[in-house]
Amino acid sequence: MSAMLEVKDLRVSYGKIEAVKGISFSVGQGEVVCLIGTNGAGKTTTLRTISGLIRPTSGEITFEGKRLDGVPAHEIVTLGLAHSPEGRRIFPRLSVEENLLLGAFSRNDGEIKSDLQAAYDLFPILGERSKQPAGTFSGGEQQMLAMGRAMMSRPKLLMLDEPSMGLSPIMMQRIMSTVKTLQSQGTTILLVEQNARAALKLADKGYVLEVGHVVLEGSGHDLLHSDAVRKAYLGED
Amino acid sequence: MDQFLQQLLNGVTLGSLYALIAVGYTVVYGIVQLINFAHGEVFMIGAFGSLATWTLFFKGQTGLWVLPFMIIGAVLASVAVALLLERVAYRPLRNAPRLAPLITAIGISVFLQEAVRLFYPGAKSALPFPQIDLVTGAAFQVGGITVRRSAIFVIGALVVCAVLLWFFINRTKMGRGMLAVSQDPDTARLMGINVDRIIAVAFAIGAALAGVAGVAQGLQNSNIDFFIGFMAGLKAFTAAVLGGIGNIYGAVVGGLVLGVVEAMAVQFIPGTFGGSPWKDVWAFVLLIVVLVFRPQGLMGARVVDRA
Ligand SMILES: Nc1ncnc2c1ncn2[C@@H]1O[C@H](COP(=O)(O)OP(=O)(O)OP(=O)(O)O)[C@@H](O)[C@H]1O
Ligand SMILES: [Mg+2]
Repeated sequence: MSAMLEVKDLRVSYGKIEAVKGISFSVGQGEVVCLIGTNGAGKTTTLRTISGLIRPTSGEITFEGKRLDGVPAHEIVTLGLAHSPEGRRIFPRLSVEENLLLGAFSRNDGEIKSDLQAAYDLFPILGERSKQPAGTFSGGEQQMLAMGRAMMSRPKLLMLDEPSMGLSPIMMQRIMSTVKTLQSQGTTILLVEQNARAALKLADKGYVLEVGHVVLEGSGHDLLHSDAVRKAYLGED
Repeated sequence: MDQFLQQLLNGVTLGSLYALIAVGYTVVYGIVQLINFAHGEVFMIGAFGSLATWTLFFKGQTGLWVLPFMIIGAVLASVAVALLLERVAYRPLRNAPRLAPLITAIGISVFLQEAVRLFYPGAKSALPFPQIDLVTGAAFQVGGITVRRSAIFVIGALVVCAVLLWFFINRTKMGRGMLAVSQDPDTARLMGINVDRIIAVAFAIGAALAGVAGVAQGLQNSNIDFFIGFMAGLKAFTAAVLGGIGNIYGAVVGGLVLGVVEAMAVQFIPGTFGGSPWKDVWAFVLLIVVLVFRPQGLMGARVVDRA
């Protein structure tokens, strides 16, 4: 069986600077796959390219057998691929509920209301403050909103870019256990994380990026216990 | 007192016209951070679209029932021109330096003026605008104040347009999409919003209101010419900046304030600097003063947003 998402020899440049220099990886149906790497390794660039915000210079992106490179970003969502971007990027002057409804913008079915309720069940604070402007939320609350919003498109594959950024350890636990929950409910997840330990613990598979290259790959468990990762990313010696 | 109320009414009337046009500057700016300096011409095209509709289909008619058709004609003409502009002139320049669309807009303005002047029959000089029962004709007196019928049309048009716009932005999915694009276009795309389409909708909304303003202008002044878009556009742009560029309700407030200040200046500033020759000067003085003390405009320059 071929993977749900296949990235092959992907290259992406910003002007003359090549940020992603020919990376390949795959995400299988139902897996949690994580990309880790230092600042500037090209993780965000990779996700933005998959969701169509940036055009690759070369390489292939295939999602459920369909080529994505060249498809406009707003159509990629409708194929079942949601992207919760780095820095959360909630719409600050819209209410929590409006943010969530925007997540369902590509849908026309009659179940949006019940999915809204599902998001409130997943993160009760969103329900309690549904009319509040999202910009007044704390970082952790905004992260929950960003995840809830991404889920509103009913994605088959959810891409999360540093969901734990700037969060307290408790909030980070919360986010990570939500990732596990979403996986158990059938959502495939591509996770980008600075917090390598937390990410690798729950990942089925991991890739380590360095300056635009994949330098290491393996199961979450193997990477967590490999010397290279322990030294470079987990601060152990 | 009567004099004051009279000027207040005149100012609100003028201001309503400015406001209808100003929304077009602000809604486009709020979405793409572009000043469409050809918007005054979109208004002018609306006036001619309305006149053409009447001349082609209803010549000689003065019944009020013709007015909706004239408005539709105006709106269709304005929207068509604005969408065409967006598609062929502005979209290719979306990632160009800011100066490029600005200069393009000036070129388009001159092009549209000349196109109307040369190709609209008789438009080399001013053309009479049809008189319509109930909305033109003898003014009536309320107390000591003269109320022109066209004034009621203009003010009413602004109220109706403002309510419809509020509803569209706050209560429809497309409106919510517009708010999202104005706050964060990239993330809006991740939501499945077609940003190109939203930009076109912003142009169309501004143009529709400018088209209505074109009809209002014709009814008020009883004639129109190819150059009416220049001053009206400049004033409406001033109103948009005055209210806070990007803020729709700011455009409405800015238009009304500007109209009232002009009317009051004509009446109440004595001596050399009073009277109508100076009203434009006072309008721009107001702009400068407001921008010195409140650079974000009266209502605050946020992107397209509920006030
Ligand atoms: N818009 C841009 N223009 C130019 N260069 C960019 C742009 N965005 C990113 N880069 C560069 O591309 C490289 C990869 O950046 P990217 O944001 O993908 O890294 P990252 O792995 O997500 O890093 P971090 O962990 O800090 O988020 C960096 O060198 C960065 O400076
Ligand atoms: Mg990043």
